[in-house]
Amino acid sequence: MVYYAYFQGKAPDVTKKRFKTVWDIPKEELLAPGHRMCQGCGAAIVFRHLLKAVGKDVVIVQATGCVEVTTTVFPETAWRVPYIHVAFENAASVASGIAAAIKALKRKGVLPPDKKVKVVATAGDGGTFDIGMQALSGMLERGDDVMYVVYDNEAYMNTGIQRSSATPWGAWTTTTPVGKRWRGEWRWKKDIVGIALAHRVPYIATANPAYPLDLIEKFRRAFETEGPSLVHVLSPCPPGWRIPPDKTIEVAKLATLTGMWVNLEIVEGQPRVTVKVPKRKPVKVYLKMQGRFRHLRDEDIAFIQKVVDAEVERINKWVGEEAIGPVVEE
Amino acid sequence: MSESQGRLLGWREIPIGGIVQEPGNTAKNDMSAWRTFKPVIDQEKCVRCRLCWIFCPDAAIIEVEGEYRTKSGRVYKVSYHVDYQHCKGCGICANECPVKAIKMVEEVR
Amino acid sequence: MAAQEAKLVERKAKRLALTGNYAVAYAVKSCDVDVVAAYPITPQSPIVEKISEFIANEELDAEMVHVESEHSALSAVVGAVAFGARAFTATSSQGLEFMHEILFIASGLRLPVVMAIANRALSAPLNIWNDYSDVMSARDAGWITIFNETAQEAHDAVVMAYRIAEDPRVLIPTIITLDGYILSHTVEPVEVIEREEALKFAPKRPRGYRPVLDPDKPITMGVVGTPEYYYEIKYQLIHAMRESVKVIDEVFSDFCKTFGRCYERVEPYRMDDAEYVLISMGATFGEVRAAVDKLRREGVKAGGLKIKVFRPFPADLLEKYIGGGNVKAVGVLDRAVTVGGATEGPVFNEVATALALRGIRLPMVSFVHGLGGRDIFADDVVKMFKILMEHASRGESARRTYFIGVRE
Repeated sequence: MVYYAYFQGKAPDVTKKRFKTVWDIPKEELLAPGHRMCQGCGAAIVFRHLLKAVGKDVVIVQATGCVEVTTTVFPETAWRVPYIHVAFENAASVASGIAAAIKALKRKGVLPPDKKVKVVATAGDGGTFDIGMQALSGMLERGDDVMYVVYDNEAYMNTGIQRSSATPWGAWTTTTPVGKRWRGEWRWKKDIVGIALAHRVPYIATANPAYPLDLIEKFRRAFETEGPSLVHVLSPCPPGWRIPPDKTIEVAKLATLTGMWVNLEIVEGQPRVTVKVPKRKPVKVYLKMQGRFRHLRDEDIAFIQKVVDAEVERINKWVGEEAIGPVVEE
Repeated sequence: MSESQGRLLGWREIPIGGIVQEPGNTAKNDMSAWRTFKPVIDQEKCVRCRLCWIFCPDAAIIEVEGEYRTKSGRVYKVSYHVDYQHCKGCGICANECPVKAIKMVEEVR
Repeated sequence: MAAQEAKLVERKAKRLALTGNYAVAYAVKSCDVDVVAAYPITPQSPIVEKISEFIANEELDAEMVHVESEHSALSAVVGAVAFGARAFTATSSQGLEFMHEILFIASGLRLPVVMAIANRALSAPLNIWNDYSDVMSARDAGWITIFNETAQEAHDAVVMAYRIAEDPRVLIPTIITLDGYILSHTVEPVEVIEREEALKFAPKRPRGYRPVLDPDKPITMGVVGTPEYYYEIKYQLIHAMRESVKVIDEVFSDFCKTFGRCYERVEPYRMDDAEYVLISMGATFGEVRAAVDKLRREGVKAGGLKIKVFRPFPADLLEKYIGGGNVKAVGVLDRAVTVGGATEGPVFNEVATALALRGIRLPMVSFVHGLGGRDIFADDVVKMFKILMEHASRGESARRTYFIGVRE
């Protein structure tokens, strides 16, 4: 299914995998330990593998957020690659400026024309779905040679668990508290993939640290895209989701197994589910694990199930196969 | 450089604009005080699947090359050890270990 | 003007009839800028239109980032300069306000960005005409700020700004201003500095002479500054801004020798025996000159001071020109307001502080005029001198700002 006649760049070769087994993941740690990300932080796992996928010939731009404030407290840095943080809403624009500089300096002979260096912009859901949306749209629309990674922990965790437009329906946050009138968030998550696709972005993927090979291969492909690419990664947050820190990967896996999160890859408009789920688990197993959903009543859970069923149907139709199967109660 | 050396840098000594010129210097930090439980890997049970190394948020599982022969006679080329300086004790490794070779043991201080 | 008194330096200069905006664009081209990012806003837009033409015609080898906002314009330029490029942006009014957050970050990260501001009033009400309320709102952002009176000055200022900002002793972003419409859209003959001359005067340094984002030498920029460090890192900028005076003077002097046009951080007009002095900046100073001439013909010893470099604030030169003993009263003509301030004149407040701290006790008067593009005529300035003389005769400063020309 080609949705657009042309794309703002060129997707990489997706016929071959570089990361076939766990043994293909490089040993080198470009994100140093000793950072101050929380116990069991999903984003810490995501960023370790991002750097393993892209290697050292990179410039990282990071929006204000959890990872930024926990890795770059002067005089310390966890980053073993060049890194810049400017503000909250402009990671994409700063990255566009760097991409332009790389291009100009290569053409003008300041950098050797074969110098390998690419810019990766990174931001949380707040810095992407909300305050960074305009800068992101500009960068994608211009076709700038920028890989964009959004680590989505589904709320403003850095400032203390306030809702964002990525917060899922029903979730408790400090600004969607559970009370007499409100019972957590009452709107659905924004469709960031749909937004990126509408910009004719040649490579878009969703990923999840519970599927590390899928994650790291997608990072590699996004990095090798010519032009803009976007990887949307689920990033469980133990304090914000109210889960014990050892459950980060378990809950991330359940997100995929319940169809609450679908691991997708959209290459020049062609969508594909990369982690198929023939037998789906009911959403309640995902929701019940997390304190942020503790207040949900049976009818609330049934409602979420209904919406997820419809969403699964939409995705199956879109990818042209039953990639995500029906719910099978255990 | 910081508190550990007892004296904070003055403005003339700080690199311009507060840049950090020592890549990855957080590796010097000792995170062990964050833990209440610590993971202990049973080398006999471990099947060297690499998952604990992959899922660690703190790069605190160290992959060590070298032959290891279990009592039952299996031979492995690598072993996994916990870097207790950087481990924060989240327990993901123990939770994800497919053969339950990692136990979380209460810290005694 | 000092430039008129300067001895002519022998050089074959190309003279073109250019608007202030185009004069800036030609200078940007001559400085061989690598990255340009800007967003359309009146009255700045022709700068970027002209630069686009230069790039389109291969007269300038640069990347243009067609950003979706001014916030992104400055962000992209910050990224480009952090990577080691020479970059440029331009804006006006609301655009500068939208950039405001990033102004402080550019200076905090010590990135030698150069930006032109075609001065325009701030909304509301919406107004596209000239005053200085835009750049005055950036006065605390830690940028070197150079005001210009003519298109030629604006042209020259761009070339000097790159040399000043990129000097390893400085590394502070720099604003050059031109009055909206009055300069931006008015055609003047401009002696154009050619590329070879500009790059000789403001050479591009090897990429690694200052800390840049480079995979071969990874650094972390834009750290969290805790209370233990924030103050020291901010103080570095404060210190560098103070010290930049030396470099600015050096660059002005070298420019004078090279191009025969001489500038001073504060430029005197008929100040030798002046008793009544009015301070102003930018193109507005033209009316001050005219008023001074008129009053001199009437036998009044009037004089004018033009603040060319507003940041770092030229307190030393104000002392030099005002503290000599002849001056009886000082007025400041502000084309911007700080509503609810000690006086409403932002420049006046600084002049008054600078003089008071140097023990210069003279009657002082704050004038505001020309907000939102209201024309200032020489006769308005004559009126200000008359008010100033009245205060001088009473030996009394004005406690409140005079708003000249506002209708009842």
